[in-house]
Amino acid sequence: MIGNTEKQEFRAQVSAWMSENKPADPGFLLPQSFMEVGSEQQLEFLREWQHKVWSAGYLGIAWPRAYGGQGLDPVFQSIADQEMRRHGVPICFNVIGLGWAGPLINDIGSEADKSRYLKGILSGEDIWCQGFSEPDHGSDLVSVQTRAERDGDSYRVNGTKIWTTLGNFARYMILLARTDPAAPRKYDGLSFFLAPMQSEGIETRPIRKLTGEYGFTETFFTDAQIPASCRMGEEGEGWRIAMRTLMYERAAEAGAAGGLAFVRVVVDDLVDSLRERQRDGAPVLEDPLVRDALVQRIIEEKAILLGERRARIEALASDYPGSLALTHKLRFTESTRRLRQLAVALLGADGGLYVDDPGVPVGGFWQRAYLNSFAATIGGGTSQVQANIIAEQVLGLPR
Amino acid sequence: MSLTGDTTLHFSEEQAMLLDAARMLSRDYGGAQARPWLESDPGYDPALWAQMVALGWPGLSLAESVGGAGLGIGAAVPVFEALGRGLLGTPLLASLLAGELLQRAAVNVPVVQSVLRELASGAPASIAWLEAEDWGARDIACELSAEGVLSGSKQQVLDAAAAEWLVVVAQQAGEPVLALLPTDAVPASARREHQLVDLSRRAQRLCLDGLAVPPEHQLRGPAVRSALRDVRLLAALLLAAEATGSAAACLDTTVAYLRTRKQFGKLIGSYQALKHPCVSLLIAIDSSRSLIYHAASLVGPGELDREAEIACRMAKAQAGDSLLEAGDRAVQFHGAMGFTWECDAQRYLRRALWCQGMYGDTRHHRRRLAALLLDP
Repeated sequence: MIGNTEKQEFRAQVSAWMSENKPADPGFLLPQSFMEVGSEQQLEFLREWQHKVWSAGYLGIAWPRAYGGQGLDPVFQSIADQEMRRHGVPICFNVIGLGWAGPLINDIGSEADKSRYLKGILSGEDIWCQGFSEPDHGSDLVSVQTRAERDGDSYRVNGTKIWTTLGNFARYMILLARTDPAAPRKYDGLSFFLAPMQSEGIETRPIRKLTGEYGFTETFFTDAQIPASCRMGEEGEGWRIAMRTLMYERAAEAGAAGGLAFVRVVVDDLVDSLRERQRDGAPVLEDPLVRDALVQRIIEEKAILLGERRARIEALASDYPGSLALTHKLRFTESTRRLRQLAVALLGADGGLYVDDPGVPVGGFWQRAYLNSFAATIGGGTSQVQANIIAEQVLGLPR
Repeated sequence: MSLTGDTTLHFSEEQAMLLDAARMLSRDYGGAQARPWLESDPGYDPALWAQMVALGWPGLSLAESVGGAGLGIGAAVPVFEALGRGLLGTPLLASLLAGELLQRAAVNVPVVQSVLRELASGAPASIAWLEAEDWGARDIACELSAEGVLSGSKQQVLDAAAAEWLVVVAQQAGEPVLALLPTDAVPASARREHQLVDLSRRAQRLCLDGLAVPPEHQLRGPAVRSALRDVRLLAALLLAAEATGSAAACLDTTVAYLRTRKQFGKLIGSYQALKHPCVSLLIAIDSSRSLIYHAASLVGPGELDREAEIACRMAKAQAGDSLLEAGDRAVQFHGAMGFTWECDAQRYLRRALWCQGMYGDTRHHRRRLAALLLDP
């Protein structure tokens, strides 16, 4: 049990460091989430920031000392994360490593995997990406067709992955590929790889997003050679490992290194930006319909925060075990989308302007944020697939 | 402080024990077992009320000095959540609220103390409050004359037939005053039983014209004003807790049907058109649950603060809507069965309809929330 004094002292220490080290406005637009890193300039800025946070001892606090962490209780990482959020510092961008691949390697990786990968994830030196979705297989992940054929000490990989966040910057990819197309059950034909991206036969092509920016890639494998030692688990265990990865991704399983994955945009940000705005010749915040819409968003936001607390009280979370954890992604991403949609609606005709227009309010923040919000309602399992999973796993409805 | 504000959430050992005990009672007396009582006079099994009295629940939130358990009104939240699951109605809600009003308004008055002692030992009580449909009405019409005689009438006085004590909310020269009356002071000719849409409840319309209230049974002053304000919020909270339990049980009922009913050779629960609304309900009910226990963590014995008010109002707005949607979808998703008396879907929906307007509907609370949250 960690004492309150110890926690308070740590909080004060993090807080002081964040005030001291919070970077000044770089003069260019910073990504609101790890899915929005589109330029070298943004990447270098964020890589430097993550390295600084890690060097100060505020990232990977609960990861083992031997692999760049500090082996301390996870409560210290949550305190550090809370302080990062409170101080409004930039994100720790290497999220696929910090939040998904890292915990996976920590939990089920070999000794060699851990020494090889974990430290680089924390320092930001090794950027990770995820190769799950394919052009024809997004939600239907079990049908992925990218082929990995055993060839001596390596696998020969052919196929295409898509929506690869950070794909053009990444050193490693967590890759789901088919090693046995003849397996009677599709699940059993898949294997999981920690694949080096700088291999011959791997090419990436940036994809332009609905915002007009670049933020992810399509990744082509043409007879790429991946060492057999990069396979995680046995052949045929790929599906199980991929599902485990998704549990980290949906925050239903603990183990993430910490740091902010995204800038949390809350109702306060919207209300503040509305103080000076007009609607029907009066302040917009006096419009009863607008007020009611905002109150609904505040209730929703509060209920999500309270749900995180209630999930930790067993007696209050036992009716549908796992419900709060499994629904978190759906609740949070949809609530975010609704808030941003409302925000643009409340800008009046200014909502029709976009980021480079000199007259656009707050640099087009809300328009861009709304368009980007779909990355989270679609990526990592669309809201509709989430609803199917929840209906089946939590409510026990038939497939 | 941010707009989402306080996110305190505690759950005590006592609350956990109460939740277990109430769930057990709800299993024994609720659901199908409660149905035969719906069209009876009391509306509930008297053995259930006797059990509650034996457990000391009427005194749950009353001070130990008057024979209560001294656990505070927040301890009643798990109890009502569990009772709501069983669609149970007893005088417990009316009694606890009446006790809370008296306790907050005038705990040191000897007459009040002796009445609270009776309440703690199981004498039901009720607040005569509502005069018209508008819970948000500013003025009280019911008047207590300088001579101590009441005039006016009240409606939807919960469990008035069972109550032994009535707390009448009246005014005297524009100032609120509480009149404490033994219920038998109101003659049968001055009472009319309401027909409520929720058959598990009982309430009466009372004509109070000409009833004399002895001076020691009249309570006034600043404590009365703030007690009235606080108990309005606590009433909303307890009803929200009950609605949360009812909504959860309603969703269970619907899900159970979708898991067994086949059409076109398939279990209908496999259709996304039915699945996804169930997931939305689950999420709405999860939000209600988080909000009621948050509010329960904030309502202490003292005057309720801004955060507690926000929490109670959010709880009622969210839980009332969740129950209505759960009941509405339960009827629809049971198909033609859902249209029958025999199917329990109607019991949930009828409860939702009564609940939504009582102690402030969703729009009332959201309107007050807007002022609390958005006006500097």
